[in-house]
Amino acid sequence: MPYDDKLQAAGEPLADAPLLEVRNLHSRYGPVRVIHDISLNVQAGELVALVGGNGAGKTTLLHTLSGLHPSSAGTIRFAGNDMTRWPAYRIVTAGVCQVPEGRQVFAPLSVEDNLRLGAYRQHHDLDWVRQEMERVYQLFPILQERRQQLAGTLSGGQQQMLAMGRALLGRPRLLLLDEPSMGLAPLLVDEIFRVIVELNAEGVTILLVEQNARAALAIAGRGYILETGRIVKTAPAVDLLADDDVRRAYLGY
Amino acid sequence: MRLAGFFVFAVAVILLPILFPDNYFVTVVGIAAGLHVILAVGLNLLMGYAGQISLGHAAFFGMGGYASAILTTRWEWPGWLAMLAGLLVAGTIAWLLARPILRLRGHYLAMATLGFGVIIHVLMVQATEWTGGPDGLGNIPPLNLLGWTVDSDRQWYWVIAVAMLLVIGLSLNLVDSRIGRALRAVRSAELAAQMMGIDTARAKTQVFVVSALFAAFAGSLFAHQQAFVSPDSFSLMISVELVTMVVLGGMASTFGAACGAIALTLLHEGLVVFEDYEMLIHGALLMAVMIFLPQGLFVGLTQGVHRGWTWIASRRGAKEPHHPAVS
Repeated sequence: MPYDDKLQAAGEPLADAPLLEVRNLHSRYGPVRVIHDISLNVQAGELVALVGGNGAGKTTLLHTLSGLHPSSAGTIRFAGNDMTRWPAYRIVTAGVCQVPEGRQVFAPLSVEDNLRLGAYRQHHDLDWVRQEMERVYQLFPILQERRQQLAGTLSGGQQQMLAMGRALLGRPRLLLLDEPSMGLAPLLVDEIFRVIVELNAEGVTILLVEQNARAALAIAGRGYILETGRIVKTAPAVDLLADDDVRRAYLGY
Repeated sequence: MRLAGFFVFAVAVILLPILFPDNYFVTVVGIAAGLHVILAVGLNLLMGYAGQISLGHAAFFGMGGYASAILTTRWEWPGWLAMLAGLLVAGTIAWLLARPILRLRGHYLAMATLGFGVIIHVLMVQATEWTGGPDGLGNIPPLNLLGWTVDSDRQWYWVIAVAMLLVIGLSLNLVDSRIGRALRAVRSAELAAQMMGIDTARAKTQVFVVSALFAAFAGSLFAHQQAFVSPDSFSLMISVELVTMVVLGGMASTFGAACGAIALTLLHEGLVVFEDYEMLIHGALLMAVMIFLPQGLFVGLTQGVHRGWTWIASRRGAKEPHHPAVS
């Protein structure tokens, strides 16, 4: 296990009010209920994993959190504010930035323009944007090499790095990662997860949504298990990794 | 690259009447082409950059035209004030229309804008007391700019040329700005654009309004230049032709839209001699362009030239040239 030595990076939950607090959230697509009565919280500085299989409602939950999909009941509080009914751009401005499933980079735009778009809401602080762009280039040197290249011509792993860099330029207080390991070779998954741990160690709060339960729980402090739109289990990640049900269902041994 | 393209274009526009004085093609066709360029460049912002189709763009062109015609003939407003009023009307209607209409996608958006274009056209025909009905409105006074009256074809050429360069310059600037980047993001991945905090509804509304303003501006100039407007100039066929210009030149390229507009205007003039066969040849040429140059004339040819150049350079063993940024 390459991540064992990094288990401590996540730190213990703090005593203060959580940065993100979701209470009894429901969400649906027309008549189809996708999210049932979900409650979860993320403390500032934490790295929390949300694990579930295909169709469990992971992406719908993230879209509901970032205002891209309306909730049908429940509340979402972020840094003390009720943002349940906020439009998506306001949620981003408040510091909730998402790395979408399947990267979704802006293919016909250059790498640099993609990063600039990440900073769309930070246009009043161009100095910060310049510094942060430098930091992203340090984090992912390949992006600097390719910064004039069109994003659509990057490999899957590079696109994932670009999608993460783009989200970092949104000045996240909470970073939502939607299946960053999807479709990547194991070596690249290691690389991406190493960066996730590094970012968290630098103080970025992260909610990591993954199908790859083993990799996600290995780096997270705590975890939630999502099944058919419900949270069925929550515990420190080490305990989930040792849990018999979780092992059978998600780890395959 | 953008600046260079702009200057090449500007120099061509200035040299044309000097090289061919009193040429019908330069003055009369040049004026029509210039107006089409303004319309196509505006529509390209919406179609090429924001990825939204409009099959009713002639309606905004008509609003500018009729505002100028009605206000200058019936109320004897000065031309510039009537033009401003036309811009205000077109901009407001576009703004009111944008939210409900731009929520639609693909075929539905095409149908809704088509319906809008038809409604405005019917109004022009039916509201006889205001618009003069199918006979149109004549005797529109010449445009007066700060005491200078524009009344010859030659003068109109220069006025339209300046207006066209202004619109091209504005469009190039807009595309390269924060909003332009946001529009391209919306077109490439709308969900991800929302995740960047782009208010996609607002961005689309803004570009719809800008594109309506360009059209109304062209409409006002058209009304004064022709001294006459009638519903025929703002029909569904005109909307379709505008879309054709944008697609023909190559979407998402300001110069592409401009070239498409010029090419189609020249094509019309050139085909007049074939009379009944005009539409046939017109259609066949369009089909050929779409089949062989699907990215459009301008974009397709620039890429072709680039590829040819790379090929020559590689045979010489030289370094590959910089990829041209098509604006």
